[in-house]
Amino acid sequence: MAKGIKDKVAILGMGCSRFGERWDMDADSLVVEAFEEAIADAGIDVSQIDAAWLGVGFDAMNIGPSGLPLSIALRLPNIGVTKVENYCASGTESFRGAVYAVASGAADIALAVGVEKLKDTGYGGLPVRTRGTTFDMVGVTGSAPGNFAQVASAYRAAHNVSKDDLKRAIAHVSVKSHANGAKNPKAHLRKVVDMDTVLNAPMIAEPLGLYDCCGVSDGAAVAIVTTPEIARALGKTDIVTIKALQIAASNGWELQQASGWNGSYFHPTRIAAKRAYDEAGITAPRDQLSLTEVHDCFSITELVTMEDLFLSDEGQAWKDVLNGDFDADGRTPCQIDGGLKCFGHPIGASGLRMIYENYLQLLGRAGERQRKTPPSLALSHNLGGMPSQNVSAIAIVGLEDA
Amino acid sequence: MMAEIGILSFGAYVPFKRLQRSAIYAANSWFAPGLKGLAKGERAIGDWDEDSITMAVEAGRDALTGIDRATVGSLSLASTTLPYIDRLNSGIVKEALTLPDAVAALDMTGSQRAGVSALRAALEAASGRKAPHLCLAAEMRKTCPASDLELTTGDAAAGLLVGTGDVVAKFLGAYSLTLDFVDHYRTPGMDYDYVYEARWIREEGHVALTARALKEGLAAMGVDPASIDRLLVPISAKGIAATLAKKAGIAETAVADTLQAGLGEAGSAHGLVMLVAALEAAKPGEKILLVGFGQGADLILLETTDAITRLAPRNGVAGSLARGAKDENYMRWLAHRGLVDIDKGMRAEQDQKQPSTSLWRHRKAVMGLVGGRCTKTGTVQFPKSDISVNPNSWTAHSQEDYPLAEIPARVLTVTADSLSYYPNPPLYYGMVDFDGGGRMTAEFADVSEEIEVGAEMRMVFRIKAVDDMRGMVKYFWKAAPVR
Repeated sequence: MAKGIKDKVAILGMGCSRFGERWDMDADSLVVEAFEEAIADAGIDVSQIDAAWLGVGFDAMNIGPSGLPLSIALRLPNIGVTKVENYCASGTESFRGAVYAVASGAADIALAVGVEKLKDTGYGGLPVRTRGTTFDMVGVTGSAPGNFAQVASAYRAAHNVSKDDLKRAIAHVSVKSHANGAKNPKAHLRKVVDMDTVLNAPMIAEPLGLYDCCGVSDGAAVAIVTTPEIARALGKTDIVTIKALQIAASNGWELQQASGWNGSYFHPTRIAAKRAYDEAGITAPRDQLSLTEVHDCFSITELVTMEDLFLSDEGQAWKDVLNGDFDADGRTPCQIDGGLKCFGHPIGASGLRMIYENYLQLLGRAGERQRKTPPSLALSHNLGGMPSQNVSAIAIVGLEDA
Repeated sequence: MMAEIGILSFGAYVPFKRLQRSAIYAANSWFAPGLKGLAKGERAIGDWDEDSITMAVEAGRDALTGIDRATVGSLSLASTTLPYIDRLNSGIVKEALTLPDAVAALDMTGSQRAGVSALRAALEAASGRKAPHLCLAAEMRKTCPASDLELTTGDAAAGLLVGTGDVVAKFLGAYSLTLDFVDHYRTPGMDYDYVYEARWIREEGHVALTARALKEGLAAMGVDPASIDRLLVPISAKGIAATLAKKAGIAETAVADTLQAGLGEAGSAHGLVMLVAALEAAKPGEKILLVGFGQGADLILLETTDAITRLAPRNGVAGSLARGAKDENYMRWLAHRGLVDIDKGMRAEQDQKQPSTSLWRHRKAVMGLVGGRCTKTGTVQFPKSDISVNPNSWTAHSQEDYPLAEIPARVLTVTADSLSYYPNPPLYYGMVDFDGGGRMTAEFADVSEEIEVGAEMRMVFRIKAVDDMRGMVKYFWKAAPVR
């Protein structure tokens, strides 16, 4: 098996725009906002960037095709700029491009950008779009909450969890994320909510209510990566390196009846998690991971993902959630920045936003929401698609000596 | 001896919902208090995703219960409410029923007697090379709010397999009159029928014209009127059949119920719907006289045989009627039939353009719900693909057609989605597993109560979406609760 990229690449700088309903900005301005923070953090000049990747989920809605909008927005020095799209995992996908470029030696310094401008659609939620002419004839174009709500029905059936118990557990997920998001000045939603508000909110897709769904936001996030050696040469002392970077894509197996998949979990997440732990040399994730940022597009997704990342036993995550294991002061905090739920979910930016928070936490720069126990290893999980067919991206970053 | 000509099998379909006529009247009484006399009972209404084609498919499936579909030689679809003016509607039905490509198909339309006329034509051609013939009729009339027709009509379909051999009802004869009697009409572009005065239609048309047909027809066929066991007159106006029976010398007890109380009159399909209902109830040796009315009249005389007792159970009219659910929501029905505009929201703006090229390539999967079965591993899947879904055995180009439409399915995941645009929210959907293999994510149809994981489902052919910009109706299969 390939040796992987552990400690071969370091994060030189990161930036993130304020997320939210950014009526004031186009996608390129959001990119500039995040980029200015990142390049100042990196302490380099634009001319030093060798290659760039741009992750966007809904290109037709915001910037149009190709890498050109990024090259033009940042006036990059005529380097190669590649646009990537992998559903909601597009942000981590752009990070992978930049990290692999550095790991290969093809680039000394590479740029990863994720951006999304969703609030020009005219309605809440994600834009309705085609999945190709063949799919559109035989598939179901449900909403994102509808697609993910399916997991809840299957999870209840698989683990014999009552409707009320699961509803309370997923409500706890959202209450926790709102408490965290309230402390984050860049978050889209900064209001603390209580259990009753969540439980009694209007139903969006049974059993997911309004507060079980993440914010649909505008925003951008940026990472600048290089080798640990170059980072040191540029004067960095506390160096955060990439420990693992794995992407697993469904191959349609979930749609084979005899596969054994019962609809209650995310098959590619389990595969990506195992590979990422191997790559990072993590043998006991519950003990070794300081915190996680996972793809909580919906509360049920976060709950099930705790099992798929082996942070809860199968069928037990709903109890661990209610026990507070993933609260900001719990065993393994999850979404200490508010998550997709409250920081917001500008599709292409989300994977990078998660890494941004982990980076800040590792360097002790997370302000009011800083984890008390100094973190050393942090995982981000970025999911695209739907339960039956998805792309699962996992990035583990940590202090160089962790 | 020549093989007996007649009806080999039959079936029917009545949609799930029964709109209460009192609800129609309650909404319209301010304007048309005179409708009160019609405001009793209920009428069948199709859901938003049903039309004459989808109902005909259901009637066809019912009629083909226990029949090898490869034996069908031809089919027709009679209706005055065909979704397409120029695209063979019965061709869509053919694909949905996965009938052989070599069937002959035609649409029959233009009159309220189209269904009975089609059956007559089929019976007379029954010894021809394209037998057996699947004779379908379906009607979903668009009726103007506060009209008599809104209260008296109902949506339904029927199907009869016509041919030679072990017939359940043999064809004894037929008679037709054709006269341009304009009781109502509808030209292209008109939303509703223009109907003339009821008293005149009754006296000169329903009674005088039909009585003449009965008198001449019975004489021509050499049948003693008193020997008729069932007289089927698909006219909803009260007392017509009894009056005709009396005039023709047919026993009053032979007059069949018009199904007005629980269904309504299904236009050009109603004669065949009543015929199926009669066949369901008939014993061997009964003489059934079916009337079709519209710009003249058709008569068809049939006699049931012993074979009728051996026919496999089916839904039929009685079964469909028994499964109905009361619906009081008149406004929703108006919206579904396009009779009131509702603000669908921006999510409804998604372009529904259907490329003909991809529909042609995938016609079996889309129209017939034909999946694939790997000839090496036996793995069943939907849709078919070049490389099998089975990861344990990487097999390519190994799949054969595997029709899934008639295979029972069970729910694996489910949600009720209130966010997606859907004409009848919330949109229910989820994954279903077919008995014996195969899995798909499907929309759920005819949902009236919560659907749990494990629920038994039956696939139904429905409208998937309508391309409002280009006028195309798109069809696909959905899963409906087994009732």
